[in-house]
Amino acid sequence: MAILVIAEHDNKQLKTGTTNTIAAAAKLGADVSVLVAGHQCADAAAAAAKVPGVAKVLVVDAEQYAVPLAENFAALVLSIADKFTHILAPATGFGKNFMPRVAALLDVAQISDISGIESADTFVRPIYAGNVMATVQSKDRIKVITVRITAFDPAEGAGQAATETVAAVADSGLTQFKGHELTKSARPELTAARVIVSGGRGMGNGENFKLLEALADKLGAAVGASRAAVDSGFVTNDYQVGQTGKIVAPELYIAVGISGAIQHLAGMKDSKVIVAINKDAEAPIFSVANYWLVEDLFKAVPELTAAL
Amino acid sequence: MKVLVGVKRVVDPNVKVRVKADGSGVETANIKMAINPFCEIAVEQAVRMKEAGVVTEIVVVSVGLPQCQETLRTAMAMGADRGILVETDVDVQPLAVAKVMKAIIAKENPQLVIMGKQAVDNDCNQTGQMIAALMGWPQATHISKVEPAGDVANVTREVDGGLESLTIKLPAVVTADLRLNEPRYVTLPNIMKAKKKPLEVIKPDALCVDVAPRLTTLKVVEPAKRGSGVKLADVAELVNKLKNEAKVI
Repeated sequence: MAILVIAEHDNKQLKTGTTNTIAAAAKLGADVSVLVAGHQCADAAAAAAKVPGVAKVLVVDAEQYAVPLAENFAALVLSIADKFTHILAPATGFGKNFMPRVAALLDVAQISDISGIESADTFVRPIYAGNVMATVQSKDRIKVITVRITAFDPAEGAGQAATETVAAVADSGLTQFKGHELTKSARPELTAARVIVSGGRGMGNGENFKLLEALADKLGAAVGASRAAVDSGFVTNDYQVGQTGKIVAPELYIAVGISGAIQHLAGMKDSKVIVAINKDAEAPIFSVANYWLVEDLFKAVPELTAAL
Repeated sequence: MKVLVGVKRVVDPNVKVRVKADGSGVETANIKMAINPFCEIAVEQAVRMKEAGVVTEIVVVSVGLPQCQETLRTAMAMGADRGILVETDVDVQPLAVAKVMKAIIAKENPQLVIMGKQAVDNDCNQTGQMIAALMGWPQATHISKVEPAGDVANVTREVDGGLESLTIKLPAVVTADLRLNEPRYVTLPNIMKAKKKPLEVIKPDALCVDVAPRLTTLKVVEPAKRGSGVKLADVAELVNKLKNEAKVI
């Protein structure tokens, strides 16, 4: 078996999900290569070489990989795919975007969002918003897999992998990158945060999210939201935790004014400790909470912030 | 321009699904079904583009059981012009759907294909990307905006840290995210009108597409339940529990 992990990075550092994906790859076998494709990405490649469990880092440094466009990334992965039995990427916005393209070009199925590995060809993945766990088997010659990063803990320690250069594939010319409008925040990223404070429809409006931000700042937490809050226009979509948003599993998840639709629970129920604050004593969020308060959030949240 | 929209029939997202007693799958008999919410957004987008005069014809396609005709009728009640059902009782997986769509694209020659970003039953998030790959077309997934401009389209994608803007050459495949639009409610007169719109039914064989599944589901189970929690009296007790019992702050 030869396993390839596609690293998600910003050319300087690896994104959190990459180390989790490497941990999943290491469960499959020892021969793990990591592809770092970027532009002026030597720092990211050096970081990948130090992750335990990595045997080899493949580096491609070219302008067309400065941002991960799906067309270019898929063509690049395809150019080296035949050397591998398994190709893995994190099931983040990054991996979801280009991996199905790789699978289709290889004429193989993709196994999306795996949360468990039973054997080299059998994997566990959540379906129906995580309400059902399916065990699926692939007989395809190459397994193209995206990994639910919260399901695999990064390995401890440090590695020292060899680095090799891989040839770039010409820019597809199909897509032109125009720009990013990234949410600027001093708070940690949702998928990397140790603590998350999330708000739902009960917040009433976007302005009230300041209450959560104050609490998050006390806790060094990230701020998230339910789909209902995104739908109502309180916050932007990158806040969304849930089936179709981000999947998180922090040490502490504080759900405020979130009723707990199954689509939201899908994104956070693997959190270690869940706290729910809701004035509706019947809210389904309480079914997954370790601790809950039936209280008006506009009273409880400032109190909690003050008490910390 | 002509737009092709893929729609999937799924278990209504508000229904709590149950695992079949023999663990072979999810119970779908006598369960309320609906158009996949992201497919609904995709249809709405096509209809809005038609209302804006950018799109001339909307063709909706579904792959699956005969009952998918209902899903196509829903899309036509929203404003799609005609429907194609590629009828099969096989468990169609994303790669198979992408191959079917490729065959339909060859016949229909659309300039734009709009898909939902993911179906809420199998949560795969693959089909749109696979269609783009098989066609050798550009793609833009998880979009919150699409504006055709001549032979390109300007799109905004929802990415993990915010938004990304791309210009993609047409023809292309885009997949709809939540904030692209808010789908309209279908009205009774439009439901009646949709019944008269053309709906073609064809078999995968007629398109020379192999729709056999690649992944075998060995078993499905319900996930482990979380232990039951405790209701607390006030904020002071919560702080105490988090500090001294859970030790997370």
